[in-house]
Amino acid sequence: MSKQTFHIGGIHPADKKISRDCAIEALPIPPTVYISLSQHIGAPAKPIVAVGDKVKTGQPVAEPGGFVSAWIHSSVSGTVKSIGPRKDLSGKSVPSIEIAVEGDEWIEEVDLSDTLVTEFPEDNKAIMAKITSGGIVGLGGATFPTHVKLSPPPGQKCERLIINGCECEPYLTCNYRYLLERGEQVAVGVAILMQVLGVKDATIAIEDNKPEDIAHMKDVVAKLAAKSDKFRGIEIMPMMTKYPEGGEKQLIDAVMNRQVASGGLPISVGAVVQNVATAYAVYEAVQKNKPLVSNTLTYTGDCVATQHNYEVRVGTPLSFIIECAGGMPQDAAKVISGGPMMGRAVSNLDAATVKGTSGLLFLTAAQTKRAPATACIRCGSCADACPMGLEPFLLKRLALAGDLDGLEQNAMQDCISCGSCQYSCPASIPLLDIMTQGKAKVMGVMKARAAAAKAAAEAKAAATSAK
Amino acid sequence: MSQTIIWTIAVLTVVGLLLAVFLWFVAEKFKVVEDPRIDQVEGVLPGANCGGCGYAGCRAFAESAVKAGNLEQHYCSVGGNAVMKQIADILGIAAVEKTRQVAVLRCNGTCEVRPTANTYDGWASCNAEASLYTGETMCAFGCLGLGDCVASCKFGALSIDPQTGLPVVDQEKCTACGSCVKTCPKHLFELRNYGPKGMRMVVTCRNEDKGPAAKKACANACIGCGICAKTCTHDAIVVENNRAYIDYTKCKLCRECEALCPTGAIHGVNFPKPLDKEAVKQRVNERNRKAREAALAAKSESKEETA
Repeated sequence: MSKQTFHIGGIHPADKKISRDCAIEALPIPPTVYISLSQHIGAPAKPIVAVGDKVKTGQPVAEPGGFVSAWIHSSVSGTVKSIGPRKDLSGKSVPSIEIAVEGDEWIEEVDLSDTLVTEFPEDNKAIMAKITSGGIVGLGGATFPTHVKLSPPPGQKCERLIINGCECEPYLTCNYRYLLERGEQVAVGVAILMQVLGVKDATIAIEDNKPEDIAHMKDVVAKLAAKSDKFRGIEIMPMMTKYPEGGEKQLIDAVMNRQVASGGLPISVGAVVQNVATAYAVYEAVQKNKPLVSNTLTYTGDCVATQHNYEVRVGTPLSFIIECAGGMPQDAAKVISGGPMMGRAVSNLDAATVKGTSGLLFLTAAQTKRAPATACIRCGSCADACPMGLEPFLLKRLALAGDLDGLEQNAMQDCISCGSCQYSCPASIPLLDIMTQGKAKVMGVMKARAAAAKAAAEAKAAATSAK
Repeated sequence: MSQTIIWTIAVLTVVGLLLAVFLWFVAEKFKVVEDPRIDQVEGVLPGANCGGCGYAGCRAFAESAVKAGNLEQHYCSVGGNAVMKQIADILGIAAVEKTRQVAVLRCNGTCEVRPTANTYDGWASCNAEASLYTGETMCAFGCLGLGDCVASCKFGALSIDPQTGLPVVDQEKCTACGSCVKTCPKHLFELRNYGPKGMRMVVTCRNEDKGPAAKKACANACIGCGICAKTCTHDAIVVENNRAYIDYTKCKLCRECEALCPTGAIHGVNFPKPLDKEAVKQRVNERNRKAREAALAAKSESKEETA
């Protein structure tokens, strides 16, 4: 067993990778897709098509609404039916573009063949332009625009690129299948990212419950390295199977033995972390001119008769996926978008997939029913489990008391919402729910303070310049 | 023996006097001059420390009010006009009178009329539920019923009605401090004028969905049809985002909107007589008919003139 892991906290939920042997299959294209304009972190995109326009697959339909934002492309060919608010999986209204599907005609520049292209241009600007215009966002869960992550602030240099293939969430198997079926493409994507960042070293981190991936990727990288120097610096690192190994800060700790300071970015310790699926999307965008119009999701659950790893077009309604897979599983009581630890419960099955949708998980009533919360027995399990070194029992008390100063002093803002504390609590206290509320309040205060400080500094600068 | 006693008393007296003189100097040197009116103002304030005025507590309010020397930014809604008059007297300025207000709930989505679509099993807090999703029913704007407002009320003026699942405001206990307004994640509470003898009109819905969707989610929903706004002769009703809103400063309590609302989303409270809907409808129809006739007559007249 590999020893490589992060140093504090962590839990060991059953990995439940029951869909691991299901090859990625393309889901049929639905009759209508609903493309959300807000499927990345940052400003929502602005639509650039009008109702009645004919669009082709891969054609941009919305432009970035700010620096931290991303292009959005039509995932199908057809006619724009409407642009307006639509309810997402939690019932909240988000602006979306509805497109009625007519055939599947792609824009001309896309290379739809399966041939592996290992040669890529030396010109980083051209590559960055393709990544930006391809609408690539981080597919590890946060959907942070990739081109922003690849442009470190001046004065900071990336030393190592870390590719997250841990897939530490139970049940999910998309990344596992990516590495197994599309390992070459991922490796080329990694080499492209290395060139853009100007780094010599990259690590593909894979948890040791996926030995097939580790062996396959070692083989792939060795073969590619024999052909070209560009693949020399890529190493495959087996990681201990532990949740949340794939957390950005945890992974940097595990791979580089460096800790990101509170409020700091990974680049401050010389690291950039990208997901396996993102590396694949980069390959597609740069080598095949194919924008991000589809992603894979794991269709799984103990009550699901046939497991699947589907490749779906962005904007496919969840109800359509369930229909294709043979209808709602009989014992399913709860549907989760994503994994069981950090995924979101789905209350609206008519919602459509977004770029970051990584799974559709069905849980039975027995699996999902919460035990009634009892009193805290001060056992400290939550503090042991917290991978950020926080004290959830204390933060919970401070949050309930509304002590915002206390929360800030105890680093509430560092919580990554991984849920390890709640998982380990023997008293079934909803620690994460309470802390999430506290974190939102603290972040609000901190943002308001930063804005006030900025305004004061600007006023001072204006006053001195006026003098 | 007696000499020992005398010596003891003498030494202690001298030591005591020296210390007293020392303490007097220290007290003079480090004297903090505080306006005595601060204590007086604090004395007349209710002492609930609710923070409804925007200050950390009654003491902070008193300090700020005395320092400012006017009461423009200061109003204690808990004490009301009576307390503010006392404070004004202490400060020797004219009192600012404000209309009495009360917190009003703008949702009538009772358990009966609002079918549940799913079950929430998490922490029993409206704010926690609202941060995760829109709630157990199809209405994304309505009351979640977990009672964050009840917990926030320091005056015991709120309680959840087990029959309807909605909070009820005890208008006599409500001090209009505004803590429920700040707490509710769906922004369902509003401070509105208490009204003459407590009479007031409220649109008890905040649903922004289009008519059919709103109606499907809740039988009592405002569907934004606009009949109320067209009927109102006082220009007090605006329909925006598919829902009506009554401006309480303009409303004259005629209850025509309540009689004509097709979904019963408009409510009048504390009226002495029950509303005779048919009579009001007839009255409105009669008025509309007359207005139409007058318009027609004016039209034909102007035609004749031009001819």
